Amino acid sequence: MGKEIISGGEALMRSLIKEGVDTVFGYPGGSIMPVFDAMYDHRKDFRQVLVRHEQGAVHAAQGYARSSGRVGVSIVTSGPGATNTLTGISDAMLDSTPVVVIAGQVGCAVLGTDAFQEIDFVGITQPITKWSYQIRRPEDVAWAVARAFYIASTGRPGPVVLDFTKNAQTAMTEYEDVFVDSVRSYVPYPTPDAMAIEEAAKLINKSERPFVLVGQGVELGEAHEELKVFIEKADIPAARTLLGLSALPTEHPLCVGMLGMHGNYGPNHNTNECDLLIAVGMRFSDRVTGNVATYAKQAKIIHIDIDHAEINKNVTVDVPIVGDCKEVLPLLTELVERGNHKEWIDSFAKYNAIEDEKVTKKALNPDCGPLLMGEVARKVSEATGNRAILVTDVGQNQLMSSRYFKYSEPHSILTSGGLGTMGYGLPAAIGAKIAMPQRTVCLFTGDGGFQMNIQELGTIMEQGVGVKMILLNNNYLGNVRQWQELFFDHRYSWTPMLNPDYAMIAQGYGIPSRLVIEREELDAAITEMLATDGPYLLHVAVKEEDNVMPMTPPGATVSEMIFE
Amino acid sequence: MEKKLYTIIVYTENIAGMLNQVTAEFTRRMMNIDTITASSSSIEGVHRYTISLWGEEDSIQKVTKRIEKKVDVLKADYYLDNEIFFQEVALYKLSTPRIMENNQISRIIRHTEARIIEVNANYTVVEKTGATDTIVELYNEFVAQQCMLQFVKSGRVAVPRHSHENLSELLFDKDCKRKSVK
Ligand SMILES: Cc1ncc(C[n+]2csc(CCOP(=O)(O)OP(=O)(O)O)c2C)c(N)n1
Ligand SMILES: [Mg+2]
Repeated sequence: MGKEIISGGEALMRSLIKEGVDTVFGYPGGSIMPVFDAMYDHRKDFRQVLVRHEQGAVHAAQGYARSSGRVGVSIVTSGPGATNTLTGISDAMLDSTPVVVIAGQVGCAVLGTDAFQEIDFVGITQPITKWSYQIRRPEDVAWAVARAFYIASTGRPGPVVLDFTKNAQTAMTEYEDVFVDSVRSYVPYPTPDAMAIEEAAKLINKSERPFVLVGQGVELGEAHEELKVFIEKADIPAARTLLGLSALPTEHPLCVGMLGMHGNYGPNHNTNECDLLIAVGMRFSDRVTGNVATYAKQAKIIHIDIDHAEINKNVTVDVPIVGDCKEVLPLLTELVERGNHKEWIDSFAKYNAIEDEKVTKKALNPDCGPLLMGEVARKVSEATGNRAILVTDVGQNQLMSSRYFKYSEPHSILTSGGLGTMGYGLPAAIGAKIAMPQRTVCLFTGDGGFQMNIQELGTIMEQGVGVKMILLNNNYLGNVRQWQELFFDHRYSWTPMLNPDYAMIAQGYGIPSRLVIEREELDAAITEMLATDGPYLLHVAVKEEDNVMPMTPPGATVSEMIFE
Repeated sequence: MEKKLYTIIVYTENIAGMLNQVTAEFTRRMMNIDTITASSSSIEGVHRYTISLWGEEDSIQKVTKRIEKKVDVLKADYYLDNEIFFQEVALYKLSTPRIMENNQISRIIRHTEARIIEVNANYTVVEKTGATDTIVELYNEFVAQQCMLQFVKSGRVAVPRHSHENLSELLFDKDCKRKSVK
């Protein structure tokens, strides 16, 4: 029997199905119409989610990917459809999220003529993708899609763009599945250097105050168990970055909190006290290091990362181990001796207690005054048995909810770390809930960021996506206002914001909602939200001028946190 | 840190848009490329770029790693001048009447081991291969003799002095690995 002859558009369908795609987030338009036409025959093969803006399509694909570990897919039209995806693609690049964005393109014959809705999408996206490729012939579809999924999902994951010319969508081709499991110029899983691992083990064995920094790499590499076994054997305290918060459960006895500008005092303080830093799948972002010139200068540093280009990028390290942490950690565990660092581990509690006294108690148990973001986040977390997926937007809502949520399962925090994209939260939560329907997905968002992609309430309505939305409304672009208060002499330029009636907006989309102003009402409202089948908007009026604390001020040494 | 002249040698797949990807890494850091030469390499389907620029080792190292990280880049390494053999080629278009008038010019051409590749009544084309400073020196001499019509110089091409062949070893390694997987 000869091979089947099908259109390029249909070849895309076959290729996506072959990759196991079960959901596509998209938005149609002129130069991608043949693909959407082909999708019409595949309505039963995968879920087809019409978003309300292409930015939402990519963030939803990101939410899908980060919550499930599978590749997220969006399909959009050329020109404005394509440019609307750029923020999401950049976000996925900086946060290492595997997504494949397929955009329509004008026909090859008119490329370069400023044809209607033609833009140089490959040119624009090269700097913000792992790979960006133009499909010009239907024969290439199967190969390009296989390569796209392979590149997006392997090694350090990231976004891939396929720019699909219209002639390649409509022309006919023979189709056969293509499998890509290597690219000769690409080494996704470098073999870790045995000598480096030995050297690292030696450093660990003779260290008195070792300290592990856990990043998203542990989540991406599914190395949760390997990490636990390693730190338990060597008895090393560990702190997580914002993106790595659910890589190690909050309640694990060796977990000493969160790193970073708004992290916990214990780990930030002790970064400059330890004698050995062991960084696992994290990239020493400036939000974590503060002033690099004074960062952990007293310590030796071991850096385990799958990406060679991360080594010595921000911080010069003593022992780099380039490899997948899932492979490296067990090798290291084998070589390290059973440790006992009780006194050192206890020293974190001493500094965390200072933070408790100065910040946390007040944030979680205020007895009067308006509701605070922290108490709302902790209550929601506990009401879900600390098992929910937290999706955040950007701003104070993000820093407060991530700080006061507790994590007990992997892949439980989705937040825009590298790009800090306001508007990420709502669509990402949609993607997460669609990927993981059995899990509770709680979005925490601010009044500013909620309105940046508020149109996606339409997607929630149409698809019946059961996202629990907690809107922490302070009537301010709060995070910017905080900086204005602290560093710009209280000059609140462009940060107070008049808000709409969110109950009416929710009602317009048929989404149940409740406004909570009084503390006494909060518990009942959270219970109602979680008991409601389907989506729910919990609108909480929080203290207007409140600050996220503690904080390492910009340019300061990591250990010098301020508390008010 | 001190700024030095570095030569970065990059091997890529021969596909459209590659050069753009490589130069974008310099653009985002506003690093100004001094010379760039792109052409095929000894391995079929593999292109080779020779890029020279001034910079501090730290930033040169970071940009080289980022280039090598690109999916379709096979290898990228950076070198100082004492670690490579390098050459540039220059063409000097000179006024034939001026050369006829002034026999100093022919003497210069002979002394500098330059080659004449065209002579006609209007102009003479002289070619010289060498390091940048000797090429520039010759340029200055022609200018002093007031015979220069046009001048062009290529970017550098370079081969490392060390005797391991990075890329062929790398490709061979990967081939072996792939075979051992199967
Ligand atoms: C797209 C985008 N624009 C601007 C910013 C800068 N920014 C960071 S936080 C913030 C304020 C966010 O306000 P809101 O959503 O109300 O959250 P809050 O901080 O009040 O919780 C702004 C404007 C950003 N991060 N992203
Ligand atoms: Mg706000």
